[in-house]
Amino acid sequence: MNRPSSAGDPAATRLASVSIALAGSGGAGVMTAGNMLLEAAAQAGYYALMTRSSGPQIRGGEAAAMVRIASCPIECMEDHFHILAAVDWENVYRFGSEIPLAAEGLIVGDPDAGEPHEIFTRSGAARASVPLKKLAKGIADGRPNMVLLGLVAGLIDLPEEAVTRAVEKTLGKRIAARAPSLAAVAAGRSAAASIERHYLLAPAARGGSERWLITGNEAAGYGAILGGVRFVAAYPITPATELLEWLAPSLAQVGGTLVQAEDELASINMTIGASYGGVPSLTATSGPGLALMVESLGLAVTSETPVVVVDVMRVGPSTGIPTKSEQADLNIALYGLHGDAPHLVLAPNSVADCLRTTQWAVNLAETLQSPAIVLSDQFLGQARAVIDRPEPGGMAPAGREVAAANATGYRRYAVTASGVSPMAIPGTAGVTYTADGLEHSERGTPSSQATDHAAQLEKRRRKLDSADYGGHWADVEGDGALAVVTFGSCTGPLREAVAAAAADGVPLRLISIRLLAPAQPQRLAAALSGVRKALVVEQNHTGQLHKYLHAECRFACEVSSLHKPGGAQFTPGELHRHLMDWSRA
Amino acid sequence: MNEASAVAAALAPAAFKSDIKPVWCPGCGDYGVVNALSKALAKLSLRPENVAIVSGIGCSSRIPAYTSCYGFHGVHGRALAAGTGLKIARPDLTVIVTGGDGDGYSIGGNHFLHACRRNVDMTYIVMDNRVYGMTKGQPSPTTEPDWDSKLSPEGTGLREFLPMVVALASGANFIARAFTGDPNGLAEVLVQAVRHPGFSFVEVLSPCITFRPEQLEWKKMVKPGALKPARDVARAARRMLRDDGFDLGVLYAGERAAYQPRGPRMAREAAELARGFAL
Repeated sequence: MNRPSSAGDPAATRLASVSIALAGSGGAGVMTAGNMLLEAAAQAGYYALMTRSSGPQIRGGEAAAMVRIASCPIECMEDHFHILAAVDWENVYRFGSEIPLAAEGLIVGDPDAGEPHEIFTRSGAARASVPLKKLAKGIADGRPNMVLLGLVAGLIDLPEEAVTRAVEKTLGKRIAARAPSLAAVAAGRSAAASIERHYLLAPAARGGSERWLITGNEAAGYGAILGGVRFVAAYPITPATELLEWLAPSLAQVGGTLVQAEDELASINMTIGASYGGVPSLTATSGPGLALMVESLGLAVTSETPVVVVDVMRVGPSTGIPTKSEQADLNIALYGLHGDAPHLVLAPNSVADCLRTTQWAVNLAETLQSPAIVLSDQFLGQARAVIDRPEPGGMAPAGREVAAANATGYRRYAVTASGVSPMAIPGTAGVTYTADGLEHSERGTPSSQATDHAAQLEKRRRKLDSADYGGHWADVEGDGALAVVTFGSCTGPLREAVAAAAADGVPLRLISIRLLAPAQPQRLAAALSGVRKALVVEQNHTGQLHKYLHAECRFACEVSSLHKPGGAQFTPGELHRHLMDWSRA
Repeated sequence: MNEASAVAAALAPAAFKSDIKPVWCPGCGDYGVVNALSKALAKLSLRPENVAIVSGIGCSSRIPAYTSCYGFHGVHGRALAAGTGLKIARPDLTVIVTGGDGDGYSIGGNHFLHACRRNVDMTYIVMDNRVYGMTKGQPSPTTEPDWDSKLSPEGTGLREFLPMVVALASGANFIARAFTGDPNGLAEVLVQAVRHPGFSFVEVLSPCITFRPEQLEWKKMVKPGALKPARDVARAARRMLRDDGFDLGVLYAGERAAYQPRGPRMAREAAELARGFAL
């Protein structure tokens, strides 16, 4: 990692990326300070990423805001933190494994609020004391978390005016809170001058496209609306709730509706019912909810009703760890449905890509009259990031093919060359039909004939297999005789690891699969052309993607697996070391 | 015929029936529901393309395909959810949810409570025969506790579920009971149920003469007109204390406003939402 620099040395190396953890007990305001730091970084023209962690208490538990600020786009956290700044140390030790400190890092806290735990100090990081509470007390209505914000801004040389704008923007209409907050920030910044060790950021890359500050959950919600979704039914569940909370008012603004359902069984069936009515529909959930939905997803397959389910994956099985990320729902998303039930499974690979992939999922579901499962995860969903405005990218919708009124000899499930048959929308005269979860004839009449079953199965498979997914099936980057294959949130740290390996003279190809089902064996084979060996990287305990690809694809190269369960994200340094060892093996 | 008169002309009941032959046993009460529903839809001057019949699984849930309306035959127990989504997404449609006692009160019980609470403007017809017919004779939530069957020898020992009481307590806006042996009375109740705003619940006594031949006696036990519509929940609740399950008529016709999505609904361009993300 980058070496820290000294404040007194103007020629000191500036860092391309700095990682800061703000921590404290509940009510100390570290999340507010973290959000302001993120906003300030954005205002100063930096890219940034924030994740958060909190104790098991519903309210009032200890909290940590982890912020990475960089001069170039970033999609993951770093291996180590440069600064751990705490308002107090009560129970903050619980974040020990989530806040690994660099040996040349800095622990800064209030000497009147206890001592940092050994889990932090054993890193060898330097220590500094700032009387946050005393400084805050010296200002009418001053708060220690604002002093902390100013302190950190000073330590990394974040421009004063950017911090001011961030504070003002965050406080919004609370005008009275402005002056004391800014005074507290100024006090913190002055205190930073007395600390020897600084971590100065390299200048921000100004210009370029418009920047957004957004979470993956918000991006997925916006992608859904761009894709045409106007009906959502869902049941609250961590970590998908924020997606729904963003959608509720946003859908209303575009004339759509969100219904809070009584459970996930209702969510998926309301969604299917609305889509049957011709309105593009979506639900969002996490693993336990997806498990409840799979029976009805089979209904969507058989009745050929388009519907999108965003699964913001968390650690499973059962209640698991609701606040931590894992990619272990791949199996249920691929195989959870009973019977032969072809459907779409997609995975976004960055916060920004949550927008594009969800939009694409809606387009594909509508066009192919199929359910689509979007596998986001807790990391992508809840990470708040400064990103370049996502380019609307070529995933143009064909849309739902509907039946014309009074179409002669209309058959809802007509066996067509493409497998897609025009769908009559209620309200259209002369083409009424009954959509059915029972196997049916082309007309839709329930049928127990083996010939009807075979014909409809084949039609439903064909429409997915023969669709043109274009170049969006995966992001294929780099070149070389070695390849890394992955999906979802492993992509961010892998991109950095692959860049680091290239800098070490080991060029690697990175294939991040966006369209997981239907499998694309020919496209994968082409992407792996000339590759000597490949490594499948994923975050689950059993190597689910590795096994799936082996079942679906014929590899011309040696393929091995790197997987670890959820709870802690892969980091770039960890993956870089793995890749270097693997490349030499 | 010009277009205006085409819209005005009411269809005959037969126009609401399809050419598909029901899977039901001869003598099944559910035939009476197809007939009464067709009459009611004709009387309401509706057109098949503007009506959606949504159902779950079970003998009675087969009904959508026997009509000429739009139909949705979904999974077991979730018909109310599918109907709710459809009606909220497409308020212009007349949505009628149909099913049996097992589908609605057992596997779908939670949705029944919340459909009553939510009060979406649709009609729920439950054809209650106090037995699972499709799986050939198991006790349902409305089966008598001592009814002997292979699955529950000597009976379940469980008290019957009281759908109308639950509907009343849960907030349904219109509650009635009818009998398939009285197709005209049933048709009249269905007309009222569809017209009444909010969630209308109609319990239809629909004998299963195959597994519950004793239900042939129901025609002697029912009391047409025994229930008079109350606007007051407490009064309707008191009336239920005297109910033996065979009182027919409208129990309750409330004045609760039908469900409306809340909050300001606008017609902005989707792209405008991005302003919230831009720095």
